[in-house]
Amino acid sequence: MSVFSQKLLALYQNAPNQIALTLQKAGQADAPMTRAQLLQGAQGFAQTLAEKNVQPGEVVLLILQHGEALVYAYFGAVLHGAVPSIMPFLTEKLSPERYRADLSALLSITKPAAIVTYAEFAGDVNAALQADSSVRTLILAEAIAPRAIDASLWPGLARQPDDVALLQHSSGTTGLQKGVALSHRAVFNQLNSYAQTLKLNEKDVIVSWLPLYHDMGLIAGFLLPLLCGAPLILMSPFDWVRAPYRLFQSVSQYQGTLTWLPNFAYNFCAQKIRDRHLEGVDLSSWRAVINCSEPVRHASHAAFYQKFKPYGLRENSLHTCYAMAENVFAVTQSNLAGQPRVERCEREALMNERIVRESAAENAITVMSSGAPLPNVEIKIVDEQGSDLPERLVGEILLKSDCMLSGYYNRPDATQQAFRDGWYLTGDYGFLSAGELFVIGRKKDLMIIGGKNVYPQDLEALTYEVAGVHAGRSVAFGVFDEEQGTEEAALIVEVDSEDEAEQQKIADLIRQHVTKNSAIALRHVKVVGPQWVIKTSSGKTARAANKEKFLLELKNNSR
Amino acid sequence: MTTEEIISTLSKQIAEKILKQPGRAIGAEEPLISSGLIDSFSLMDLALFVEDTFGARIEDTELNANTFDSLTQLASLIQSRRA
Repeated sequence: MSVFSQKLLALYQNAPNQIALTLQKAGQADAPMTRAQLLQGAQGFAQTLAEKNVQPGEVVLLILQHGEALVYAYFGAVLHGAVPSIMPFLTEKLSPERYRADLSALLSITKPAAIVTYAEFAGDVNAALQADSSVRTLILAEAIAPRAIDASLWPGLARQPDDVALLQHSSGTTGLQKGVALSHRAVFNQLNSYAQTLKLNEKDVIVSWLPLYHDMGLIAGFLLPLLCGAPLILMSPFDWVRAPYRLFQSVSQYQGTLTWLPNFAYNFCAQKIRDRHLEGVDLSSWRAVINCSEPVRHASHAAFYQKFKPYGLRENSLHTCYAMAENVFAVTQSNLAGQPRVERCEREALMNERIVRESAAENAITVMSSGAPLPNVEIKIVDEQGSDLPERLVGEILLKSDCMLSGYYNRPDATQQAFRDGWYLTGDYGFLSAGELFVIGRKKDLMIIGGKNVYPQDLEALTYEVAGVHAGRSVAFGVFDEEQGTEEAALIVEVDSEDEAEQQKIADLIRQHVTKNSAIALRHVKVVGPQWVIKTSSGKTARAANKEKFLLELKNNSR
Repeated sequence: MTTEEIISTLSKQIAEKILKQPGRAIGAEEPLISSGLIDSFSLMDLALFVEDTFGARIEDTELNANTFDSLTQLASLIQSRRA
């Protein structure tokens, strides 16, 4: 099996009536979908793409909410040999104007041949299309009916292993202009290696609420089960955030065994679920709840375990993983036969000297392992000069594998910058200890808020659209919130006025504008007078230095 | 508790705990959800607060701008469920 369509065909021929996935939606009965139904739905989209003259190898952009149509359209593009890419759907919070701007950013680089969306959204999509747009056809999902399975009409069967299978974008203008292109070979190398590490077997049932436009949701919570033939219970992230208890009810109902969660979700579930929603819930089938996509915190695991232990959760079910879209997904995984290793080390030595020294002191830092590299992945830690570092010294994490991205789509410049001598530069800091990876920070300014990558320059650019704010005088950065288990976005904005009432007014405008245009809720907005923001000699703002100054002021004020 | 008292309790809670701007006044008719003032993660907090403080339950399927979008609407929902 070397390409997606071949694997889908084999799974179907082997057991056409097996349930491939069960879709859950709030207020509706669960909707199981067999392998045959999945391919019938996909056949409808594949033939439509052929009729609309979309060529194999061209990109098909999907702007759809969680549901049948998204599953059908995704695999329809696959059967046709096209390259599916999922764009986050418009939320009620995000302004339609900004959504169109984001969509334009993606279209300008990715150049899809077709877009699939709903009739009610067609107007917004059309408004984002330029006269010279690459998009030749807009397909309305409601109009596409399932058709009888006919593999002779699947150009996807003739794709080659090194052809691009899919694109994966992260959010915001910056992320949308950097689509990670993954080949069939890379995806299968990842799935085989990861399935082996997880000891994936016929008893496994994957339960996920993760969005499919994110690598963790798309790979672990969608393609891994569907291309390995493991049943998937899929709920919508929109529903989950309003009813997090549904995850636990689903694990109990379907004897779920594997789930992936970002760190904040451990805190969120531990703090916000009522016991009345957990009556009769049995979590003893859960063999791994895997913490991934933002820094992993032992305190978050402990809170989650305390909360759900009475419902049969086993402590050795709590696991960790370090992953990125550029490696398809998992880079490391904690050993499922044990528990992720936890170390306490000297704070000063770790932060300043970049040395890991064990410590029992009260102010020691607790770090949790993300596990050992997958069998097909090599990791090394290097210093600023790029020289290899021994174990227990902190440096940048570099990786090499047979499941790396083919490149950032249509961005040879970005692809070239991402590698050095065949090693991918992750931009994350960490250390190795007894062969296991501990991730402790980031070199890049990227923020990870609730598992979602957010580029500070995108938030800063938004503030410049607010009256009274001058370009180049905002700084955005993430501040870790212990209670929530994730980063929160902070913005410092320098204005000409020293008047407090005027500054407060501008702060309010910034909050509204940024939230409406980024779907990121700001926790701290500090409007300051002239000369507050620290700049580098080149005139650029120094995010780390400004963050330090902000945190110091916050600490002094709270005394 | 009067509707005004409910509104002022909610306003204080949202400003202090959700927006983390204790000085911020929230207008009784100010859109909360459709404006993005309260994000989806904080909606859960608000529902839990309403249940604990006023004994009125808001179901998860009701946590959207169609059910309530202002303090006035939320207060009247609370009043109707306390009765």
